[in-house]
Amino acid sequence: MLETIPDSVLALIGQPQYREVSEIEVEAGYIYNSCAATRNGNPLFWDRAAADLLTGGPIAPPTMLSVWFRPHHWRPGATEEQKALQAHFDLKRLLELPEAIIADNEMVFGTPVRLGDRLQSWQVVRSISELKTTRLGRGRFWVVEVSMENQRGEFVGSDSYTAFGYTRTGQAAAR
Amino acid sequence: MTTATPSRLLGAVSEGEALPPLCHEVTATTVVLGALASRDWRPMHHDRDFAIHRNGVRDIFLNTPSQASWMERYITDWSGPLGRLGRMKFSMKDSIFPGDTMVIDGHVLAVTAAVEGFGWVDLALAIRVGERLASSCQVRLALPVTDTDNPWLCPPESWRP
Repeated sequence: MLETIPDSVLALIGQPQYREVSEIEVEAGYIYNSCAATRNGNPLFWDRAAADLLTGGPIAPPTMLSVWFRPHHWRPGATEEQKALQAHFDLKRLLELPEAIIADNEMVFGTPVRLGDRLQSWQVVRSISELKTTRLGRGRFWVVEVSMENQRGEFVGSDSYTAFGYTRTGQAAAR
Repeated sequence: MTTATPSRLLGAVSEGEALPPLCHEVTATTVVLGALASRDWRPMHHDRDFAIHRNGVRDIFLNTPSQASWMERYITDWSGPLGRLGRMKFSMKDSIFPGDTMVIDGHVLAVTAAVEGFGWVDLALAIRVGERLASSCQVRLALPVTDTDNPWLCPPESWRP
């Protein structure tokens, strides 16, 4: 764990990183999986006629925004596990904090995400705290914001995560 | 607007109103289904040994996107399909594990006057396990004013959650 934040890490704050197009199109299979996992019977996601009438065709549940940007666990040519929210994992590595949890998450929803959309996103580190001690261990809080738009350049939402990266102190984290 | 499933109208909502609680018995399947549906392959959501020995918690636990999806389901069960989410903020206070009975509850914080056929409702929600607060959540939701209004049809330039 680093006692001070290197200038090279401070320089990342506010800088757009990792602009990328999602690996998958928005598709019905994951929408059904998500609704089934939470027993969500909203007719917008199960009844095509209702979706046509109310939303001009099928849309994805708004809270699935982050789903479309998670990489496959493996793909041809990959030599290691693929990770979402790379800016977050960069901070873990650069600050030498081996563990992390997400403490807060804020989503803003824009234009509805529709079946067949191919979204793109970019990540911005918004802040990094001083060292803090919690019941999990000692480390730092940081905020990474992901902004997303569709293939027409329309804002579809943002997803902001407050994480705590830490080094464990004994068994204090167990609960 | 005519739908098979009626939607709650803004005028039917009042500040302080409680939403009916939703109770769910969380199992390992709940956690793993939610993780896979959200394409979250991280091991603390499917590998109990990893959760215990690396994260220092007692079991695999419900991931953030799954909790958001549960909240969305809870809200639209109440609002009907014309309820359109504008903003959602979570604070995770404690983990939700297999064997927990998860109870989602909430109430209306504020109702904002309508513009362009819809108005905003601010909700304060929580996921509890027994006496333990697992997550708190604040939500901004658009509701139609009349049964001919539809927040989903709001033009992007007027959609300011």
